[in-house]
Amino acid sequence: MTTTNLVLLLLGLGLATFFYGRQKAYVVSKSHGGMRNMHSLPSQHGVMVAIWCALPALLLVLFWKLAEPAVISSMLNSVIPASVMDGGDKAIGLYKNDIANIIESGKASSNPEKQVVADRWVALSSISSWVLLAIVLAIAAIGAATALRKISPDTRARVMVERVVHWFLIICSSIAILTTVGILCSVLFESFRFFQQVSFVEFVTGTKWSPQTAIRVDQVGSSGSFGAIPLFTGTLLISAIAMVVAVPIGLLAAIYLAEYASDRMRAFAKPLLEILAGIPTVVYGFFAALTVAPAIREWGELIGLSPSSESALAAGVVMGIMIIPFVSSLSDDVITAVPQAMRDGSYALGATHSETIKKVVLPAALPGVVSGILLAASRAIGETMIVVMAAGLAANLTANPLEAVTTVTVQIVTLLTGDQEFDSAKTLAAFALGLMLFFTTLVLNIIALHVVRRYREQYD
Amino acid sequence: MNTKSNTSAASDAFDNLKETVGVVTVDDPKMSARNVDVFYGEKQAIYDVSLDIANNEVIAMIGPSGCGKSTFLRCLNRMNDSIPTCRVTGEMSLDGEDLYGAGLDPVLLRARVGMVFQKPNPFAKSIYDNVAYGPRIHGLASNRAELDDIVISSLQKAGLHEEVQDRLDAPGTSLSGGQQQRLCIARTIAVSPEVILMDEPCSALDPIATARIEELIDELRENYAIAIVTHSMQQAARVSQRTAYFHLGKLVEVGSTNNIFTNPRHELTENYITGRFG
Amino acid sequence: MTEPTESTNKVAPRKDSTSIVKKTLAKRYAAEKRFRFYGAAAIAMSLAFLVLLLGSILVKGLPAFVETHMLIDVTLDSKTLGVEEGATQQQLKAANYHSLIKKSMRGMFPEVKKRKAKKELYKLVSTSAEYKVRDQLMANPSQLGETISVWVLADDELSSFYKTGALADRSKLTHTRLSEQQIAWASTLEEQGKLRKKFNTTFFKNGDSREPEQAGIRAALMGSILTLLITFLLSFPIAVATAIYLEEFAPQNRWTDLIEVNINNLAAVPSIVFGLLGLAVFINFFELPRSAPVVGGIVLSLMTLPTIIIASRAALKAVPPSIREAGRGLGASQLQVVTHHVLPLAMPGILTGTIIGLAQALGETAPLLMIGMVAFIVDIPTSVTDAATVLPVQVFLWADSPERAFLEKTSAAILVLLVFLIVMNAAAVFLRKHFERRW
Repeated sequence: MTTTNLVLLLLGLGLATFFYGRQKAYVVSKSHGGMRNMHSLPSQHGVMVAIWCALPALLLVLFWKLAEPAVISSMLNSVIPASVMDGGDKAIGLYKNDIANIIESGKASSNPEKQVVADRWVALSSISSWVLLAIVLAIAAIGAATALRKISPDTRARVMVERVVHWFLIICSSIAILTTVGILCSVLFESFRFFQQVSFVEFVTGTKWSPQTAIRVDQVGSSGSFGAIPLFTGTLLISAIAMVVAVPIGLLAAIYLAEYASDRMRAFAKPLLEILAGIPTVVYGFFAALTVAPAIREWGELIGLSPSSESALAAGVVMGIMIIPFVSSLSDDVITAVPQAMRDGSYALGATHSETIKKVVLPAALPGVVSGILLAASRAIGETMIVVMAAGLAANLTANPLEAVTTVTVQIVTLLTGDQEFDSAKTLAAFALGLMLFFTTLVLNIIALHVVRRYREQYD
Repeated sequence: MNTKSNTSAASDAFDNLKETVGVVTVDDPKMSARNVDVFYGEKQAIYDVSLDIANNEVIAMIGPSGCGKSTFLRCLNRMNDSIPTCRVTGEMSLDGEDLYGAGLDPVLLRARVGMVFQKPNPFAKSIYDNVAYGPRIHGLASNRAELDDIVISSLQKAGLHEEVQDRLDAPGTSLSGGQQQRLCIARTIAVSPEVILMDEPCSALDPIATARIEELIDELRENYAIAIVTHSMQQAARVSQRTAYFHLGKLVEVGSTNNIFTNPRHELTENYITGRFG
Repeated sequence: MTEPTESTNKVAPRKDSTSIVKKTLAKRYAAEKRFRFYGAAAIAMSLAFLVLLLGSILVKGLPAFVETHMLIDVTLDSKTLGVEEGATQQQLKAANYHSLIKKSMRGMFPEVKKRKAKKELYKLVSTSAEYKVRDQLMANPSQLGETISVWVLADDELSSFYKTGALADRSKLTHTRLSEQQIAWASTLEEQGKLRKKFNTTFFKNGDSREPEQAGIRAALMGSILTLLITFLLSFPIAVATAIYLEEFAPQNRWTDLIEVNINNLAAVPSIVFGLLGLAVFINFFELPRSAPVVGGIVLSLMTLPTIIIASRAALKAVPPSIREAGRGLGASQLQVVTHHVLPLAMPGILTGTIIGLAQALGETAPLLMIGMVAFIVDIPTSVTDAATVLPVQVFLWADSPERAFLEKTSAAILVLLVFLIVMNAAAVFLRKHFERRW
């Protein structure tokens, strides 16, 4: 029986016991002089029974399924040939993969030795699932029976149900924290392993990035070099180009929409701008690589320059376009939040509209605008697809926007796609880069959120 | 007291109101309004109001809330321009020049007719920059020394200089409510307007701060024409020389403040100042 | 007033101030106009970018919805096929159709003799022609030995060339890998009425392929749907529960603050970092299958949680407190008030946020690259643990392919993706407009 079916079965049982429990509560209420003598409603009793029936069983299924692979795997070791067992973890892993493939293919293996292990595996899995089914059904039955016996006028079924729901809510809301912890653990743990192989100082000060480690030991350049400076400068260069495009356009667009545009114009232009934010980044990447980059190269050649086919400029400009709506919608919010009284004060002194905007509204909105720009910058730094598709892999240390550069995110993708061994410095480097990325964006976000909160308090 | 009959009598009096009681004109008016109607979209807010504002005099506009006194005031320097649905008909003029005529520029008008608002609204700038804002945008000072001069004398005139002279760089919002309102007055004076409009300038202030501002208004009268909207009859009595009583968008009665408060001629005015409604 | 006389004199209205202001007016109004123009220009520019972006993709992508078919006469002779009369389906399936197609191509142009020329000739027809003929024969085994006429797919190079109308007017397509000879053959076929354009159904029926004319988005589309399904099943209940807890139950304490800070920060964490999380935690630690929609769905749901939570909280907050008080006043418990009164009223807002979050997830690429959903997927996935890819990743993969014909496929896949996004966002707007109440 598959896990999905088991879960469905339990949910079905829960539903059935709900109706039964509710019915029983009706009956009980009749014998005790009607509903008003019951502490809880029949349906609440029903839910109580269903929870008793299904919840412990479902939890058991969850833990069982989490533990099962490891347990079966270790039980298999006794039948795996000694020659494989001596080969270390890697050999065992490969061997087990083979077995898994055999089982998946559904055909008998040509290798009788492996067939034995495969049969054993199948047998263990089947035993496991039958045992699980038996235990789960027992627990469900016991739970339901216990809860059914509890149905009485004094039982506080509602309180019990609400307590369970309350805990469910708390657990759900803690998932945000768990996610952060998960991110931190995964990048910190792997980065730690990386920094055991490559020194931190080399990583943050080195100017040569060539993570390709040799396949054979005697190959030249076998160590690979992990100086991440070219990655950082590349990321900064592209983000800076993006901000140069996005900040003026986004800010001016926001000012126009908030201050000058008629209601109709606003209702028309705002959603259109927001479409820019809704377009998937892979589409921007495609646009950058196949439309903007060739155009830049053509124009560059016209004026006697020789831009690289994967220039930082193309990626940066397109990223800037993508970020325009972030800057404009955040700025729009803060500009409209500036009190009308302040504008009136300026008009009453004889200021023109643009003078009021430039000298009164913008200075007042500055903290909000700045935090919007910070958020946009953090977005630019973490953006992946545009640079993967348009910026290239060449780790050049340059400030020339017409040359190819690479970024932190591009390298993470490159290092982690395709086959990987999880203990090579090359793979682990991706996590070290991820750590840098996570902390940079985190700091930017925290500053931005802090500034914007102070700003909001000022005008609330 | 027979409130009911009084109110119904008052409403009859209002319906029968054809003309403003009292003399609306003055000799050599600074500003004048003739037969002004104001509409917000379909809704009419001001009905056929005519009123003059004289030099070196404070005119108080009183009346129950929603009577149109603030609307009328805001029309005097075209602050209502920013409300797209607002429409003004009739004649309004400054020194004989039509306020809503093609030749008059709202920017220039507002430089000549300053305004102080109900709630102090200093800019998110330093005290100095708040006052210097007007002279800067209008190019009134040709150098820093001149600008300093204007700022300091404006602060002095607004009676704020002593309190803030050590911290001109502090943000305007760091001042107390009364100080902020005096800052706004200083800001208005710095542009050297000819008329100052005040829209309930003390309603957000405590009594002591109010007293300071009232004192200030009295001093300013020497050089400016001042129109003040107030919901407080005592304030009107204290600061103004003339008083205009508005009721539901109509100007009911105008007269010297003394006469209005001691000897109101119209029934509505009398009801109002004796506190029958407010 | 310390020095009343002096200050009074100083700020008496300067009679010249009006004339000074007058002089500045022209310049100030010019500045006003300029500034206004900059604003309008910024908007115009952003919209121009949008038009350029969508326009270029539309222009590139539309041809992909048309495919070129070629009519070939195939003699199903048993010698070439290597099967006997009355062969089993199994035998028919394994027969040599490759040679059969080659033979039929030679039959159309008997004058071609040289090996190199023959090879060029074979290239005009798609390799899928074999399967087409095979399926036809397997359906009617009695046709063995007969000569049948079959419309088969033309090769992508020929297709691109033919679709643009370049056969009639060579200037329409300057860039082609077809040789002059191939173009001449194509002209002949055209004259004989053996080429035709049809709506491209292959594109919606097939999975990925190395051959552009056979490549389709079905597998990626199914992958996207399965992934999104997981994302919805996980993120919706969790997000709603979190929002309810934070808005209706949570005490004001450090733990609640921590949750809120976390949600706000997660909303701004780069998506690729979620990919790292998925790789390290779900694939390496929990050993879930690589490339599977289930892992993709988990990662994307963690990513979209903040969006949905924030939207749901806003929707819950918008329900006026009076409703809660009314419920409590009747003796309902806090939970009953929420489930009976607050939640139904907030539901349109919550659903709007959910759809927007899912639309975001649908367009997401980077984290899925990390968990191996970049595989070359031919088979259409049927369960959440099958290896799969998703639409945006398919776009990424095709964008990397050197064949020209994949360029239009990429654009076409983008168009399909955008259609889904537009439908989802339109649904969100509809919900917001028609069901959301303003209090």
